[in-house]
Amino acid sequence: MTDPFLILDLLLAGAVIALAIATLTARDLFAAIVLFIVLGLLSALAWVRLSAPDVALAEAAIGTGVTGALLLKTLHHLRYVAGTLGEQAAHGVTPVTPVPMSVIWANAAFCGLITLGLAIAFLDAPLGGPGFDALVADAMPASGVDHGVTAVLLNFRSYDTLMEVVVLLAAVIAVWQIERGLSEAPAPDLSVIWQGFARLTLPAIVVVGTYLLWKGSEAPGGAFQGGAVLAAVGILLLLSRLYVPHPSHRALARWGFVLGTGVFAGVALLVTGGGRVTFEYPPEHAKTLILLIEGLVTVSIAVTLAALFHGREPVALRAKEAGHDA
Amino acid sequence: MLDLMAASLVVFGAVFFIAGTVGLLRFPDIYCRLHALTKADGLGLALVALGMALKAESFGEVFRIVLIWFFVALASATCGHLIAAYARQADREGKA
Repeated sequence: MTDPFLILDLLLAGAVIALAIATLTARDLFAAIVLFIVLGLLSALAWVRLSAPDVALAEAAIGTGVTGALLLKTLHHLRYVAGTLGEQAAHGVTPVTPVPMSVIWANAAFCGLITLGLAIAFLDAPLGGPGFDALVADAMPASGVDHGVTAVLLNFRSYDTLMEVVVLLAAVIAVWQIERGLSEAPAPDLSVIWQGFARLTLPAIVVVGTYLLWKGSEAPGGAFQGGAVLAAVGILLLLSRLYVPHPSHRALARWGFVLGTGVFAGVALLVTGGGRVTFEYPPEHAKTLILLIEGLVTVSIAVTLAALFHGREPVALRAKEAGHDA
Repeated sequence: MLDLMAASLVVFGAVFFIAGTVGLLRFPDIYCRLHALTKADGLGLALVALGMALKAESFGEVFRIVLIWFFVALASATCGHLIAAYARQADREGKA
């Protein structure tokens, strides 16, 4: 008798590929975004089936939840700029703006190169080898945590994780450089029912985000998953206008952006005293240091993702108000 | 016995999900579709959650399943309302 899960896996694999094709060929931007979100959810399921719950959580929280919100916000902005915000309505479509063929071919070439690289790496890897499980298991007692993935991410391979945090920091710096000023696009009119929903879910999201962070030391979860969930708090607050960004909040936001990267890099350098190399945490303090880094990185990720959703540096454009801009 | 009950609840829930999906595909306008989707899926989800809760190994698991049911039901009801309100507003603007 065949494994009953085989049917599920085949269906899942087929659906992921079909959704990817549908997302790329959709003629309506809104439909493409919705298809992308469904694609992310099914990919998360696929990661669960591949016994990678950490990746599944990250895919669901960041790849689907936050990215979906960012894409929808961008669509709202595009419609506002194009002047079609009032027209589109629920039944209308926003056609995809034609992309130059050269851009398409350049994208295809880069994607092809990445696929080729992955294929070579996959074919070169020893088939059915032991992997690094044994190595990680051997080193676990010195890591300060009880979950292999967290040990790898925040101790054995911290440098990679630091770079991921830096990528987010670079993204928010770029966004703040590109767009300044307070948003002119009208916020969607959300009813009282939405306000009630936000009020009920906000405290629960805070608890879930903190739980994911705390659980990370012994089970799937951690800074990125917890941070993405906490970023949802910021997105809900921004959407329901319970929090309106103000130019005077910029200093605090900047501290929030660099907090994680700063502390992460600071700890990495400070432990070099006493004959250790960078990122070599003293085993007796490893758990404390990892929790400190994870906690602050979580705050930074949450603030950064929420700021990316808001999408612009809140600057009061005085010149424009005074009429110099006209 | 417990296994059988859990399994039949999950299957029964799946039937409601399928019914809701058929409604989404076959009903004529957005309001009927939302009606089919939110109500049938809400019941389907409750049945699946109940079935899974019967198979849970600890009280903590049951509690988490109940939480998942509560928040998914809340989110789907809110989404249904928002989509319907948006569609109605668009309809009115279209006629005006």
